[in-house]
Amino acid sequence: MKPERPRTAADFAPIAYPAAMLLVFFAIPFATMIAVSFFQREAGAFYTPAFVFDNYARFASAFFAKVLGFSLGLALLVAAICVAVAFPLAHGIARLGRRAQVAWLIALLSVLSLSEVIIGFAWSTLFSRTAGITNLLVALGMMERAQALTPGFGAVLTGMVYQALPYAVLVLYPALARLDPSLTEAARSMGASPARAFATVVVPACRNTIDASLVMVFVFALGSYLLPQILGRPSHWTLSVLITDQAIYQSNMPFAAAMAVLLVLVTLSLVALVTLIGRREGAQ
Amino acid sequence: MIARGLQILVALFLAAPLAVVLGVSVNEKQSLTFPPEGFSLAWYAQIFADDGWRAALINSILLAASAATIATSIALPLAWFLWRRIAPWARLVQGLGLAPFILPPVITALGFLTFWATAGLYGQAWTAAVSHGIFFTTLPLVTLTLGFSTIDRSLTEAAATMGATGGQVFRTVILPLIRPYLISGFAFAFVLSLNEYIVAYMTVGFVMETLPIKIFNALRYGYTPTMAAVSVLFVAVAAAAFGLIAWLGDLPRLMGAPAEEDR
Repeated sequence: MKPERPRTAADFAPIAYPAAMLLVFFAIPFATMIAVSFFQREAGAFYTPAFVFDNYARFASAFFAKVLGFSLGLALLVAAICVAVAFPLAHGIARLGRRAQVAWLIALLSVLSLSEVIIGFAWSTLFSRTAGITNLLVALGMMERAQALTPGFGAVLTGMVYQALPYAVLVLYPALARLDPSLTEAARSMGASPARAFATVVVPACRNTIDASLVMVFVFALGSYLLPQILGRPSHWTLSVLITDQAIYQSNMPFAAAMAVLLVLVTLSLVALVTLIGRREGAQ
Repeated sequence: MIARGLQILVALFLAAPLAVVLGVSVNEKQSLTFPPEGFSLAWYAQIFADDGWRAALINSILLAASAATIATSIALPLAWFLWRRIAPWARLVQGLGLAPFILPPVITALGFLTFWATAGLYGQAWTAAVSHGIFFTTLPLVTLTLGFSTIDRSLTEAAATMGATGGQVFRTVILPLIRPYLISGFAFAFVLSLNEYIVAYMTVGFVMETLPIKIFNALRYGYTPTMAAVSVLFVAVAAAAFGLIAWLGDLPRLMGAPAEEDR
């Protein structure tokens, strides 16, 4: 049956419930949050309705600029590492036999779905003094005595790469699975080594895919809210952690909301960038 | 060669923290040491024997089951409508269903917190189920949209020609064809809801503990092997759920690879 225009009330009926649910429980909460970002903070209570820019004015501080800069820089670093590893990995996985591909996908999805709490706990155990990786180095005679590697910047970075790597592979996988194998075959038949064919044929053919997935992993990494808390020091806190902290522990909802609005704006402009990249790809 | 080496390295990287957690979870003494000293499954029994952990487990399962039900109940009619009708404005509704997944989760969580607090419903258990249901609508929406796209439209046309009503066509032709996608979407939403922390915390965190909230709260008072046991349980549940999805259908296709016959 071909798609038809809805005419009668019965035709429209199926979308009524999903539309109502998403409007009431997603669009309205989102609007509420934006409204709260202009509210006046009330000490001891939640907030009182108002229309003030005080919460936004707080962005103009050296502390806030530092947190924002650190969040963006960290997310960028995570995205760069993840895409650099995930691109050749996804290319390799897409060329495996079916069973091995399915096994990889199950493993990647399982790690991706893991709670940040569990990832943070697992890495803090691996980086701990008593149960950590340094014990292995001691046993191998490469270190004098076991030591804790957390909290620290390296621990935060490792945890976030661990969290985002499966996402990066799964974002790149569709494009690489659809890549025309004759491209590499042609290069190989001309005498290029596999590594050379990969670097000179596959990578340039996927430039736009790489750009788009960098942005997507960047946005994903910006959302990390627990790992910097569990694995890092307060100086490693990101915007997402700060929003949680202000909303829950400092009970300053208007300021948390204002920061969330800023994060939305950053995210949306990046998503718009991905769409533009997609268009460029479509035009080629 | 290089490709194989990279795969082994990444597999080790992904497995390493889980292996340590597994080791810690079977430790005999209540200490976090690796390699484990002795072997004991007592920490797994603790999840069910200890009142706090058992309550968190039950809360988490109830929350995940209701959230996955709500998410699929929203996604199914929406995906069906998008497939069946020409209505460009319906893309807006689809966008609302996909948005929670594109935005950083803390934003959606804060939206729910301000919403439930303003509505005066803050802290009730069902608000977490609704919040998770909306938050994870994206997953069944994506699997079902893909499912509908695989349906040969001439099948439903034939059924209609034979005199089947719209409802009959849906029940006898469409539902059997998209059932694997429906189950996959449910399983995705279930596993992710089970693991979700921030939305659950911001909606009911002060009155109710789910497993991730319980682990995080317990982390502040030091590590226990029970946390490790719960983590292992979570990895096992996730692997089982995605294994089920792979068994039901074409997982590479679901993740965006071309259909098997085209490969």
